[in-house]
Amino acid sequence: MNKHVSPKLNRRAFVIGSTALGAGLAIGLDIPFGGPAVVRAADGSPEINAWVVIKPDDTVVIRVARSEMGQGSLTGLAQLVAEELECDWTKVTTEFPSPGQNVARKRVWGDYSTGGSRGIRTSHDYVRKGGATARMMLIQAAANEWKVPASECSAANSVITHAPSGKTTTYGKVAEAAAKLAPPADVKLKDPKDWRLVGKGVKRLDTPDKVTGTTVYGIDVKLPGMLNAAIKDCPVTGGKLKSYDEAKIAGMKGVKKVVKVGDTAVAVVADTFWHAKTALDALPIVWDEGENAKVSSASIAKWLAEGLEGGPAYVGNSNGDAKAALAGAAKTVEAVYNYPYQNHATMEPMNATALYTADKCEVWCGTQNGEAAFAAALEASELPAEKCDVNKMLLGGGFGRRGQTDYVRQAVLIAKQMPGTPIKLLWTREEDMTHGRYHPITQCKLTAGFDADNNLTAFHMRISGQSILASLRPDALVKGMDPATFAGLNAKGDAPFGYSVPNLLIEHSMRNPHIIPGFWRGVNVNQNAIYVECFMDELAHAVGQDPLEFRRKLMKEHPKHLAVLEAVAEKIGWGTAPPQGIYRGLSHFASYGSYVAAAAEISVTDGNKIKVHRIVAATDPGYAVNPAQIERQIAGSFVYGLSGLFYGGITVKDGAVEQTNFDTYDSMRIAAMPKVESIVMPSGGFWGGVGEPTIGVAGPAVLNAYFAATGKRIRSVPLRDQNITFA
Amino acid sequence: MANLTINGKSFTLDVEPDTPLLWAIRENAGLTGTKYGCGIAQCGACTVHIDGIATRSCGISVAEAEGKKITTIEGLASGNTLHKVQEAWIAQDVPQCGYCQSGMIMAVAALLAEKPKPTDTDIDEAITNICRCGTFQQVREAIHTIASA
Repeated sequence: MNKHVSPKLNRRAFVIGSTALGAGLAIGLDIPFGGPAVVRAADGSPEINAWVVIKPDDTVVIRVARSEMGQGSLTGLAQLVAEELECDWTKVTTEFPSPGQNVARKRVWGDYSTGGSRGIRTSHDYVRKGGATARMMLIQAAANEWKVPASECSAANSVITHAPSGKTTTYGKVAEAAAKLAPPADVKLKDPKDWRLVGKGVKRLDTPDKVTGTTVYGIDVKLPGMLNAAIKDCPVTGGKLKSYDEAKIAGMKGVKKVVKVGDTAVAVVADTFWHAKTALDALPIVWDEGENAKVSSASIAKWLAEGLEGGPAYVGNSNGDAKAALAGAAKTVEAVYNYPYQNHATMEPMNATALYTADKCEVWCGTQNGEAAFAAALEASELPAEKCDVNKMLLGGGFGRRGQTDYVRQAVLIAKQMPGTPIKLLWTREEDMTHGRYHPITQCKLTAGFDADNNLTAFHMRISGQSILASLRPDALVKGMDPATFAGLNAKGDAPFGYSVPNLLIEHSMRNPHIIPGFWRGVNVNQNAIYVECFMDELAHAVGQDPLEFRRKLMKEHPKHLAVLEAVAEKIGWGTAPPQGIYRGLSHFASYGSYVAAAAEISVTDGNKIKVHRIVAATDPGYAVNPAQIERQIAGSFVYGLSGLFYGGITVKDGAVEQTNFDTYDSMRIAAMPKVESIVMPSGGFWGGVGEPTIGVAGPAVLNAYFAATGKRIRSVPLRDQNITFA
Repeated sequence: MANLTINGKSFTLDVEPDTPLLWAIRENAGLTGTKYGCGIAQCGACTVHIDGIATRSCGISVAEAEGKKITTIEGLASGNTLHKVQEAWIAQDVPQCGYCQSGMIMAVAALLAEKPKPTDTDIDEAITNICRCGTFQQVREAIHTIASA
């Protein structure tokens, strides 16, 4: 790389290279899969290539570039490498190469970004090649030693065997020699039918430390001489820090320094976080909140409602002439839905530790995008790439929030004002709740038209509301349109609409309030699935048809969508009478390359207390690397999605977020957890995501079941605003 | 100054008496397995045992904890032998991000000490920790596995 490019240029290069929306980046594919110059790990063990280090005791270290935030792809990616490497799985450990190392080695590990359920589906090919290449080099090294053709040797469980002579050796013994070999030019990957480790629900590699409290998250980092910082950013986005009265906290215990952080925030640095927070709470601060202080949830809702009625809109999907067909329809049905802002509320609040000196800036943090965190460190420190690095920690939750780097920038800006002293910046839960990158707010008007025989002839869906890309990645807009808005609504691609309607129009009136949006697990699937799948249920009832049969007629050209829907319908017993007092609802959706469906069984007490007894879920992710972890992701996504549906909803008053902690932004507990029965049904031939797709289908399945139970439609989220709770 | 007994060891810590126990444990005693999640005793990530009772350590002061037996996640195992809850958590592959699990495990260990064979209702009433990853299904299964062992 050019070591003299400016930090700004670097940052731009990273942003473009590392966050393209579902672009399946082909960067880093000219990976040097090994070579004559041996690269050594910190302990001196040889790299066979960038993905694989083998120690003399046969320990296999697999490098994982993507972040681990609970979704399990650390283990899944290691399985993919190990499958081709033919190593002993019990001897596998993992490590995260740092973003700085990636830059220094021409992005040998490719993309670090871990979001959009991309961890496995966009890197399976090159990580498997990394494993296969290493295996071939290890076999070649053994063959060379034995002076036999490599074609007569095979490898299994880290042992290389020359069958004709019966000789065996281990990976650890030939690793040095293998590391000196040129990588083979032609690497063939296994046929999926020959997989032995991939497809198995092996246990996660990161569990033992998580049950003893020894896992070090960003919040747990300890460095010699480290101080702790607490921060308050302007409550109103777009506002500024006007002044603060440092004298009022002079002499408070442990306080070392009060610093301005950019134009909008102030931080107290102290010996402990508790002292820093206590002093910050006592610090008088005056904000210049600016024009945005006039904004409220009511003013946002009014603005969005206007967008439902007309005016310019981006068309995401259309065929036929929906407006003409509606005008000539024998019967029309219309409904308006909405979905609120949501906060990520990762259990570990945002934090980062930074050490700045005149010639170095080092950061320790949990991040979903190591390269973006690295770019933030470059920009804030104003140091060149070779003088910066980021140490990636395990994440105490991500859900999209830690793809942003605001907290990294803050930590570096504070550390820069105290050169030589490591500073750990930790947000309080209150700071975390009020300075999120919120799931965007939308409303949606749906209109459908039927002919005289109750055939659906027209479907018009008009979304009004916020675009994530317009705020976070304007370079990804397409002629002003945010394609991500249409997740699950597209004519084709990895998030396709599952119905064929002769006249279709799906459009977006973009309206961007000042609240900064972000990618929240499942992103736009959350509301789009509710809008489409609850409305489809409404339409089925409007023409007196069974919701499954109604859908089925529209899904003939969408066999993958239909297969998962039929799978859940069959398992829940759709078409048979449910137990007394139990009501059922269905939904399906496709996103992130996977096809998913859910069927829920609920009961309702007093008209407003919902007990979700059971949810049957199905997913077709193409290939299922670790079915046990997929089951956990499905159940976990339902907890996150249903928490948002029942309890969520971030509201705005005087320009600021009103919710401050889990007392006002609650999250589902074990008592409300339904029994989740997962059907993992990979059909092969494609690679779909796992962490996010299912989050969208639990909500509409439950809401449709609520209609079945009560005859009432819920079209507004969260349910707590309508006095509906978990039983 | 406060004298605390944590995991069987005596600590003399330079903290004010009104410091929440959580921060004394994490920052002064240096035991970071106990996590900060909310600071208002809502989420349970900071759960420790005080004289055997599951307690949210952000909600009580150092002064209140003096003279009592405090056990954190680091002190749950007996030497190299993991507690049965920790064993079950590994066997059932419970944690996802793992951040809330220290508190979850401490809450479950206290429940099982009191009720070795809890019903689902017992579990629902006793385990009110937040887990944003949503590990509840595995948590429940692991508890029942322990109870039926």
